[in-house]
Amino acid sequence: MSKVWIITKRELASFFDSLIAYVMIILFLGLSGMFTWLIGSDVFFINQANMQVFYGIAFWSLFFFIPAITMRMIAEENKAGTIELLITKAVSDSQIVWGKFLACLILVLIALVCTLPYYITISQLGNIDDGAVIGGYFGLILLSASYISIGLFASSITQNQIVAFLVAVFIGIFFHILFGVISSSVRGFSGEIFSYLSMQTHFESMSRGVVDSRDLIYFGSIIAIGVVLSQVMLSKRNWQS
Amino acid sequence: MSIVVENLTKKYGEQKAVNDISFEIKTGEVVGFLGPNGAGKSTTMKIITCFMAPSSGDIRLDNDSIHHNPEAIKRRIGYLPENNPLYYDMPIVEYLRFTAEIQGVPRHNIPARIAEMIERCGLDREKHKNIGELSKGYRQRVGLAQAMIHDPEILILDEPTTGLDPNQIVEIRKLIKDLGKEKTVILSSHILSEVEATCDRILIINRGRIVADGTSDTLRSQSQGQEILNINIEGEPAAVEKAVRALASVEKVTGVDGKSGWFSVQSKPEASSRKEIFDLCVKNKWYLMEMSGHETRLEDVFQKLTK
Repeated sequence: MSKVWIITKRELASFFDSLIAYVMIILFLGLSGMFTWLIGSDVFFINQANMQVFYGIAFWSLFFFIPAITMRMIAEENKAGTIELLITKAVSDSQIVWGKFLACLILVLIALVCTLPYYITISQLGNIDDGAVIGGYFGLILLSASYISIGLFASSITQNQIVAFLVAVFIGIFFHILFGVISSSVRGFSGEIFSYLSMQTHFESMSRGVVDSRDLIYFGSIIAIGVVLSQVMLSKRNWQS
Repeated sequence: MSIVVENLTKKYGEQKAVNDISFEIKTGEVVGFLGPNGAGKSTTMKIITCFMAPSSGDIRLDNDSIHHNPEAIKRRIGYLPENNPLYYDMPIVEYLRFTAEIQGVPRHNIPARIAEMIERCGLDREKHKNIGELSKGYRQRVGLAQAMIHDPEILILDEPTTGLDPNQIVEIRKLIKDLGKEKTVILSSHILSEVEATCDRILIINRGRIVADGTSDTLRSQSQGQEILNINIEGEPAAVEKAVRALASVEKVTGVDGKSGWFSVQSKPEASSRKEIFDLCVKNKWYLMEMSGHETRLEDVFQKLTK
């Protein structure tokens, strides 16, 4: 059994034992359900058989929920000293980080699977574009994975969970909205760069069912950079003086 | 199989926590690291367990080096860190299973290993509890159990008895002694009697350097220069003191506070004053009530070396 999976299993068990998982799933479903079906410009208001409303909500709720999941992942171990116990077991630093990453991702996947009834319901109401639905979910997963890796990095630089949460939101807000805002006010090449850096650009095209290699490279790079930086922070003890 | 530590140095900024130490530990030895707080005991252990890399130097276990194959080394070591950090939200059995899996215990062996650890560490009554619900002594046992779960060749225990009550201390020491029969054990402590009771070999570390290395007996005899006797003579104290001081082999006589007739007598180097004192008493018709050699305690050795 892979070491990564052993760590993932432990983290998942800890999510469910500590009720974090239930609270997160219930809040996520409650919020997205309320805004998709009941309040504001909901599905009935826009009167189209698609998932755009849900994706718009999830885009924001995941942005806040994910730092709340990731904030304790490494910060808590740093504080309790259990990181020493974990590192001195027969695992590498990268296995530790990937194990934790995977645990967070699985929790988000569980929450997303719970929203499949939305799709089933909407598909009964009219002709739904399955490609857009798949693309949208795929986009949400990649978006979540990106924020998880940012959140893990934020968690790895501190012992304090609240600091970890705030740092994750702070870094995330640039990708989430600020780069998009900047790109709309800057012309030319730099405008394009900011537009490329914005999550919104990539997520929107994916939720219409268009999956481009540019999007995959974008999400893949954020995930890789976040995970590598977390590993670097974890290995820092080796050359710290 | 032996642990070879070569020229190990670890710097924290300008300060050298461990300063160029080298030693070798053979299979089956129970070695105690002794030293004042901040001497570098824990740092050395953290480097051996691959928690952190040294600034320079190497540690080898057979052919594996901490620089080239840390995972192979980690698999062969069981480690109980200082302050015994544990996942408080996990049940004991789950935690032991996690540790066993991550240390690569074959799947079919895991239940048997867990059962053995629970029995051996006396966790049976508490085994269904979460670690956070346990008292400190039981947490320490869980710490030991997780260190031993994969049956490592080497056990590294950083202050294994801190915070335990006297009964628990005795139990843990007994456990360490038992383990020492089949495994290499390295433990650290600043409690001298503990190290003396459990270890075959003592390394005294001070300010990042090894200042003494040997069994408790060799350390004692090394530092023991002159004979010191405690005597109790019935007679006129002032006269007795004067007479004893006049003996050829005696260098120094000091009265023992609050006890009339008791003296502490230091002999000259390479000389014993026992017989002369006896003869003196016979001559003056004093009664010699007691005469005993003052045993150099490890405390004295320790204080002398680490001041």
